[in-house]
Amino acid sequence: MIGLLLAVTRRDLLMARRRRMEALLPLGFFVVAAGLFPIGVGPESQTLRQIAPGVLWVCALLAAMLSVTQMFASDHHDGSLEQMVLAPQPLVVVVAGKVLAHWLTSGIPLVLTAPLIGVLFDMRAQSIVTLTLTLLLGTPILSLLGAVGAALTLGLRSGAALMFLLVLPLTVPALIFGTGAVGAVDAGLSAQAHMSLLGALLILTLLGAPLAAAAALRISLD
Amino acid sequence: MNLRPNTFAAPSRFYAMAGTLTPWFWAAALLFGLTGLYVGFAIAPTDFQQGDAYRIIFIHVPAAWMSMLIYLVLAFWAAWGWMLNARMASMYARALAPTGALFTFIALWTGALWGKPTWGTWWVWDARLTSEFILLLMYLGYIALTEAIDDPRRAANAGALLALVGVVNIPIIYFSVRWWNTLHQGATISMTAAPKMVSTMLTAMLLMTSASGPIVSRWCSPALGRSCSSRNPTTNGSRDWNVDPLARRRRYT
Repeated sequence: MIGLLLAVTRRDLLMARRRRMEALLPLGFFVVAAGLFPIGVGPESQTLRQIAPGVLWVCALLAAMLSVTQMFASDHHDGSLEQMVLAPQPLVVVVAGKVLAHWLTSGIPLVLTAPLIGVLFDMRAQSIVTLTLTLLLGTPILSLLGAVGAALTLGLRSGAALMFLLVLPLTVPALIFGTGAVGAVDAGLSAQAHMSLLGALLILTLLGAPLAAAAALRISLD
Repeated sequence: MNLRPNTFAAPSRFYAMAGTLTPWFWAAALLFGLTGLYVGFAIAPTDFQQGDAYRIIFIHVPAAWMSMLIYLVLAFWAAWGWMLNARMASMYARALAPTGALFTFIALWTGALWGKPTWGTWWVWDARLTSEFILLLMYLGYIALTEAIDDPRRAANAGALLALVGVVNIPIIYFSVRWWNTLHQGATISMTAAPKMVSTMLTAMLLMTSASGPIVSRWCSPALGRSCSSRNPTTNGSRDWNVDPLARRRRYT
């Protein structure tokens, strides 16, 4: 099981490494989108500090949705996805491996870049640390939920646009607890409650989403 | 015809039944609707705090109830259709989605109309409003997904999975939004204003419950008509239920 998971992850990571530019595009989107806000809203550091957690989280959501459509697309295109569905190995593990690879290639770069953007938004050190931690807990949730959406919209003409409508409403709790944690730290409170809820959300999604994504793949390739 | 539990699981028979029942549902909806509106707008006393503006709850609250109930019913029938490969259940789920979205929209719209005189604003990002808004997005997502897929079977099953994921998420979204921001008044402020309100509320709820019946079958009919006519081009949806059973059997075999 673990071997299969790692094999799928390694394969997807290898493919991402061979198309480095493509793998880094969501990160580019994240930086550009977040960078537009100070220009649009105005450069007052008080305002920027206030909107920073929300802006960073929303941009991370959108970046994750942009990249997650590619999770199954190329495999579907060359037919290897059908072989994975037909294979005797459990599809859930294959999906989990792909999600892990997606998180490593698109989630982790976001988490690593977030502190830099936080500095651009004039956030306090403590808030930046909290924000990065919430993103560390939250980006796997986005990859997991995104996998369900990507599997459902597999091969559809308007798949990418549909993804946003399907998955973003489901990510609202992650957004609330993620930004709530930073808000609590800013207000001088402990972020522990928000972190625990975000962690609970991650565990719940981890249990449910691979199953749902595997079922969605079977429906889509029926 | 022998009536069995699954008699109306056949789309053609269900279609006939829906055609027969539609006028009755209309009649019931009109009866309950007019009575409910009369009781709500003429008999129920004016609220001493909110004036007559509160009367919009006779439309708002039933619509909000229906919006949530229909999502559950939709998810149930979608799951039923997915599990048992029951085409009728999947059709029913798909037919429910626009109705549910409509009720959600009505609830939001009348809520805004009520909020302006009472709260002084059309919209606040309060817990209930936000979760109702997200519910509308989930309805729209369901409709968009099922419409985007050409193959009806795949559309129904993918929609079923989405609806089930949504049902699991609704309590989570609801509570997260509630912890995020709660300003909405406690559940039933005006229910205690006069004892007659309770009966008017009930009537208004019945209005919506029974009104949803004909709407659902109205929406169901074209879908069924399409599936019938794809098999037999001479079968025209809306007239099919007038044909006597023997003649129909001849035509299909």
